[in-house]
Amino acid sequence: KPQHLALNPFGQIPVIQDGDFTLFESRAIAKYLAKKYMGQGTDLLGSTLTERALVEQWCEVEGQSFRGPAFSIIEQILLAPILGDSRDEEAVKISVEKVGKVLDVYEERLSKSKYLAGDFFSLADLQHLPYTHYLVNACGKGDLISSRKHVKAWWEDISSRPAWKKVAEKMKFK
Amino acid sequence: MAAIKVHGYHASTLTVMVLCCLNEKEVEYELVLVDLPTGAHKKPEYLALNPFGVVPTIQDGDLTLYESRAIIRYLAKKFQGQGTNFLGSTLSEEALVYQWCEVEGQSFNPPALSIFSQIVFVPMRGGSTDEAAVEMNVEKLEKVLDIYEERLSKSKYLAGDFFSLADLQHLPCTHYLVNACGKGDLISSRKHVNAWWEDISSRPTWKINFT
Repeated sequence: KPQHLALNPFGQIPVIQDGDFTLFESRAIAKYLAKKYMGQGTDLLGSTLTERALVEQWCEVEGQSFRGPAFSIIEQILLAPILGDSRDEEAVKISVEKVGKVLDVYEERLSKSKYLAGDFFSLADLQHLPYTHYLVNACGKGDLISSRKHVKAWWEDISSRPAWKKVAEKMKFK
Repeated sequence: MAAIKVHGYHASTLTVMVLCCLNEKEVEYELVLVDLPTGAHKKPEYLALNPFGVVPTIQDGDLTLYESRAIIRYLAKKFQGQGTNFLGSTLSEEALVYQWCEVEGQSFNPPALSIFSQIVFVPMRGGSTDEAAVEMNVEKLEKVLDIYEERLSKSKYLAGDFFSLADLQHLPCTHYLVNACGKGDLISSRKHVNAWWEDISSRPTWKINFT
């Protein structure tokens, strides 16, 4: 509707308003908040230029390689019934394979590094919380995570952070 | 100081985007050829650098970095004081740069890449173009470009009145759409998008990679 489109012409959520400043695209919002409030709470960007670069790299991996197929699974299993459509099993199968391949790379990475960008929780890990939450808790695809030892440990760690649990509790469609 | 190594392919527009960024920042680099046609990007040597097997990847001293959008962000920050300033001058300007970078990555790139894949890659591999898929993605892209048209009627570049990473990120895919897919009308039919495209694609740091 016009009121929302005036904030975000792409008609998507979320959008933030900080004083006079309006910003959309959740990853850009997260980055803005991480920068603006650097020095308080969790440091989400690493401590050096190099660490920051690795945070950006794994943020891009989430946005470009993980998100697409993860969303396709959620779309078919969770959203299609709500919209009255039938599930495309072939699409689910293809997307599960794609997510699996990406998670194989994560498994290798997380066998050497506690979190994706290094030994510190960062935006890159945070970006994975929403879709993985749905895959595990609403799509019956938890085995994608639990079958990979280091991915599993990482998921259990990041999804048990109080800041996440506080919002995850409310993640239900009416 | 050793020059930055860019592992990539001269005809890969994402590689070219990173080279363009290095040119804009006046930074020396060495292009190490990853011969895509012979599958070099899937061989163990390259996978050791980038486990996703795609180009480009850079090496800067001890740092190995992939994902072209992350690479240009790193370069923009590391060389902030020299060459083109890609990040704006304030926290808010930088946030708008990232916002429009995300728009490119999430809304512009997927349909644009699908169009390119159907029109160029699929026939190259012996298949036939799925015209319905092309049409569907053209429709998606039209809607995105209508929003750009509105934005660029108020702002010279996407994030503001300064050329930024957000504009740079659009060079590869748009180059393909216009020059390899016959979809230049998507750009030329929109007055402000057209002016913006002519401006950014005529930057010498971009053009030099195609001569």
